[in-house]
Parts: sequence; structure tokens; C-alpha cells
Amino acid sequence: MSDVASKVKDIIVDQLGVSADEVVEGAAFVEDLGADSLDLTELIMAMEEEFDLEIDDEQAQKILKVKDAIEFIEKNQ
Amino acid sequence: MSDLPKVALVTGGSRGIGRAVTERLAADGFETWFTYVSRPEEAEKVVAGIEEKGGKARAFKLDSGDRDAIAAFFKEEIKGKAELEVLVNNAGITRDGLLMRMKDEDWDRVLQINLTGCFAFQREAAKLMSKQRRGRIVNITSVVGQMGNAGQANYCAAKAGLIGLTKSTARELAARGVTVNAVAPGFIQTDMTSELPEQAVEAMLTQIPLKRLGESDDIAAAVSYLAGPGGGYVTGQVLAVNGGMYM
Repeated sequence: MSDVASKVKDIIVDQLGVSADEVVEGAAFVEDLGADSLDLTELIMAMEEEFDLEIDDEQAQKILKVKDAIEFIEKNQ
Repeated sequence: MSDLPKVALVTGGSRGIGRAVTERLAADGFETWFTYVSRPEEAEKVVAGIEEKGGKARAFKLDSGDRDAIAAFFKEEIKGKAELEVLVNNAGITRDGLLMRMKDEDWDRVLQINLTGCFAFQREAAKLMSKQRRGRIVNITSVVGQMGNAGQANYCAAKAGLIGLTKSTARELAARGVTVNAVAPGFIQTDMTSELPEQAVEAMLTQIPLKRLGESDDIAAAVSYLAGPGGGYVTGQVLAVNGGMYM
């Protein structure tokens, strides 16, 4: 697992209070991991802080699954 | 549980209603931090008074009209250094005048401090409280935000806006165990009202069923309730403390 991927998964575990083995790359935040809109916002903010980048709302709306988040950060870091 | 200090933050806490709220929350057991803009000697007195009674307090010079400074304050002083249990948005100014003569700068400044400043404090506090899954926000609005007042279009608009901000934030943060309420004082005995001519005070009293001006401590008691253990099931409300002048 890449460094980014493992950091992203740590953030998800921390923010959503799910167990690490649930956070597979194909897992959807809302459907699979039980996130609500506030969770998603906090997740985006936590990733912005960790990776020191900005994710605008339009981009954020496309981040639906764990792998979307990892790909976005790898591309934009 | 962390051993970070459990802090109540009050904006504009060096005098008037803010001072009474600061002192009351300190007496309730919070480490109480407050902001002030002018008169550092007054702020020091408030801190000394609280410490004398065995409480803890800190004063910060911070302009509620400066969003960058507010964000920086949270980053440098609060994040990771305290558990923000309570935020009381009290800081406010007036620049009265009739609408037709009201200057842009008087409109802008009042909105900037009384409404935008509260937004900025709430936005920062929401990030921390949401993560904590716990917190209380109390916004000090005004009876004139509910009923209007000739000569205060800017102030009334800001205070009415604060009620909308309160209710929206209450809905957003409820799922995180954070409550957001407003307290709407009526005419309160402060430096400002003590300078009014007797006639003006008499005229005010005819509008107040309880026939007296309120005390800063009346407002502090309402804030204490909303910030304390008894207020946990109350959110999105405007608690009017006005002697019945508006019902």
C-alpha cells in the first residue's frame, strides 16, 4: 500500500469510527461506511489538513469511495 | 478524557453583559477565556477578580471584525491546547442613526462585528466541537433583533441575522451533540443605559411589564443555563430575557 493510501485509510478510520478492515478501496463512504454529510465534510477537511492541499466543493462531490480519495490526493499532491 | 483545560470562550468579555457572563461561567467551573478590544486595564481586572475567587481566566486582545485574526487565534491558542466546551458570541457594537442618513461604513462595521464576527467564531468552534462530539454555543442577540427599533436598522438586522445563524448552526451540529442557542436581552442596566436621561428610561419602563431594567446577571444566568448540564436538551432556541417587553 502506498504511503498516501495508508494515511488516507488512517484518516477514514479516525473520522468515521470504522474498523480498518472495512476501509477497502472499493468502499463507498455513505453506503458502506455509514457517513453522513457532516462526516464527509469533516473527512475532506481532515485530508486537506493532512496533505496540505485544497479540495473545492465540486471536486469533493466526486470523492465517493475510498479509492477516489486516494487517487485525488496522489494526483494533486 | 484528555487533561486539556475545559474552556468557555466569551467574546467581548471585559465589560457589560460579556463581563457578567465571563464571571458567571468562571464561577460555574469553566476555565474562562475572553476577548476584548479596548481597555486592557478592564480586562486585567476581570482576570484578577476571577483568580481571586479561585477560578482561571485569560484575556486576549482580538477584534471580532477580523476573520483572519479569529482563525489564527483558534489555530494558535485553542486547537490542541484546550477543549472548547462553550462559545459565547457576545461582542457587539452600535452605530445608530436613521436609515435615510445611515452611512455605508456604519452599516458595514456593525454587520462585520455583530454578525460576520459571530459566523467566524462559530465556524472555527464548530470544527473543534464537532470533533469533540460535545459543545455549547450561545449567541447574544437582542430584543430589537426580534421587534425592530427605529434608529438601529444596522444593529437590528445583524441581531436578527444572528437568530438565523443560530438556528441553522443548531440543525447542522445537533448530530454531533453540540447545541446552539441565542439569548435575547431586553433593556439591560449597563454603562450605555446609565447615561440615558431619566425621561428616556421612564419611557422605556412603560414598555416593560416587569417595570424595571434587567441586570447583566440576568443574562449571565440564562447563558449559564444553556451552557450548563440543565440545558443539554435545548437547541435552536431564542431565550428572551426582557422583562416581558416582547413576547
